[in-house]
Amino acid sequence: MGKYIEMIRIRFLMMLAYRTNYYSGILIYSINIGAYYFLWSAIYGGKENIQGLSITQMTTYIAVAWMARAFYFNNIDREIAMEIKEGKVAIEMVRPYPYLNMKMMQGLGEGIFRLLFFSVPGMVIVALVFPVELSANAGTWIYFFISIGFSFIINTQINLLAGIATFFLFNNDGLIRAKRVVIDLFSGLILPLSFYPMWAQNIMSYLPFQGISYIPSMIFTEGFKGSQVFEALINQAVWSAILIIPVYVLWILAKRQLVVQGG
Amino acid sequence: MENIIDVQNLKKEFKSYSSRQGLKGAFRDLFTRNYTIKTAVDDISFSIKRGEMVGYIGENGAGKSTSIKMLTGILTPTDGKIVVNGMNPHKEREKFVKTIGVVFGQRSQLWWDIAVQESFRLLKKIYNVPDQQYEEHMKDVIETLDIGPLLDKPVRKLSLGQRMRCELAAALIHNPPLLFLDEPTIGLDVLVKLKIREFLKRINEKYGTTILLTTHDLSDIEALCERVVMLDEGKIIYDGPLKELRENWAEGKQIQFQFSEKATLEELQNLTKDHLVVWEQGESDLIWIASVDSDETVISGVIGKVTAVKKIADLKILEISTEEIIRNIYVEGAVRHG
Repeated sequence: MGKYIEMIRIRFLMMLAYRTNYYSGILIYSINIGAYYFLWSAIYGGKENIQGLSITQMTTYIAVAWMARAFYFNNIDREIAMEIKEGKVAIEMVRPYPYLNMKMMQGLGEGIFRLLFFSVPGMVIVALVFPVELSANAGTWIYFFISIGFSFIINTQINLLAGIATFFLFNNDGLIRAKRVVIDLFSGLILPLSFYPMWAQNIMSYLPFQGISYIPSMIFTEGFKGSQVFEALINQAVWSAILIIPVYVLWILAKRQLVVQGG
Repeated sequence: MENIIDVQNLKKEFKSYSSRQGLKGAFRDLFTRNYTIKTAVDDISFSIKRGEMVGYIGENGAGKSTSIKMLTGILTPTDGKIVVNGMNPHKEREKFVKTIGVVFGQRSQLWWDIAVQESFRLLKKIYNVPDQQYEEHMKDVIETLDIGPLLDKPVRKLSLGQRMRCELAAALIHNPPLLFLDEPTIGLDVLVKLKIREFLKRINEKYGTTILLTTHDLSDIEALCERVVMLDEGKIIYDGPLKELRENWAEGKQIQFQFSEKATLEELQNLTKDHLVVWEQGESDLIWIASVDSDETVISGVIGKVTAVKKIADLKILEISTEEIIRNIYVEGAVRHG
């Protein structure tokens, strides 16, 4: 366990080593939230609510979705791809730890760093500028944090899958980029899933993506009520468990396939 | 003494894809691809005993790195048996790698953006090294490698020589009984090289660390290893003491004369016709090289006869270098056994 905590600490240090990234990140997220806020104000145009969400709920939804993204989002797919391409994976294989777990911990270190030094201050600024409604209900906050925990797990597992695919494809920048668009679109980051046509909603309910952004945001904005919250959390938990299987299968195949490039 | 590495009939094949020619070929490649099977390591067997320092040499692409990667559990062998430290490297990877240290000269195992000591701290946690053991052992390592002042600098700010010393220290944090070094002195200056060699000798003496070293710099091998394993096209072509290799191959010496006046081949051949000498012109017509058997009477006879007649400015007796020996072996393709 000690090594995982140490790895999270190292990630903190690495994030601090690149301060410019950190500041520009805050700026980019604020611009994104602002842009979506004005877009949605125009769409609402005086209407009380659309698809059961009021304009305040919508703004909160957008703000929370982006702030949660700071936590669950990570680049470990790209990192794995790079390590494989540059042959650095050889170094990882001579270390006595499970590679995938360690990668996940690196992602977690990055996520916690962003949550604390990025989302929290960012949320304060956003709450001052835009009409965001923060729930006073302690239960909502607890469910929300459980939910973004699952978001992180699901998103990271998908990232691992995309990263490991490099073992077979050698160059999978395209796949990684496509994966990112799919997640942004199908997870409800850009548009709440309740805005999609019924048939699309039906398909998406069979996919893991809604567990990444839509569920935590709906919990936070109290768009889900009562048993809906539990159903949503169970949905996330089930997907977190199911995705372990393809990750492990692919990893075992990948190790067999391993060709260390160069040198 | 027990074997720390035991390799039997080890084999590794790679599929390598080749692209077809032209646009039509590129389209066909989308569906079916041509491949050829390349054998990188072809049926090699050897064993290494505890405490040995072995040089593992070969040309680029001879299969050195591939076999090191199989020995360290990174690659799975296509065929054959490997036992290192009593374990199968690939099967028991996590347990196994705790008992080895690895330095790849061309890749860093330190984290690029953070201070060296943070990397050390993380590795200490990863290898589960107790505080006391770490303090004792690393104090010694840091002192000998003289990296104390570098510890709080980020790795990206270190020079190659500084970094390589830190890499070595990092590979030894858990004081492994077996150390793999893949070209550890590549691109380093003489002083750093010497320091690294001294350090390796020292840990070999102090802890009995077994070292397997690959390098293109044969002076490393000469300074450190008594035994060499030589690879060519995936096969072992020599496995034995370095001394024997030298004795069997370095027959004879070269005497280099620098005359103060012009000399001709005929003249020189005439002077030394009693001995078996091959004359060769050096860089100018003042410099001539005589290749002779490594026999005292011949050497002094040749020098005596030449210097009695011709005036000389300089005289050198050269021994054939290991590098030359190795080159000869590769040219001939196999090792003569004496």
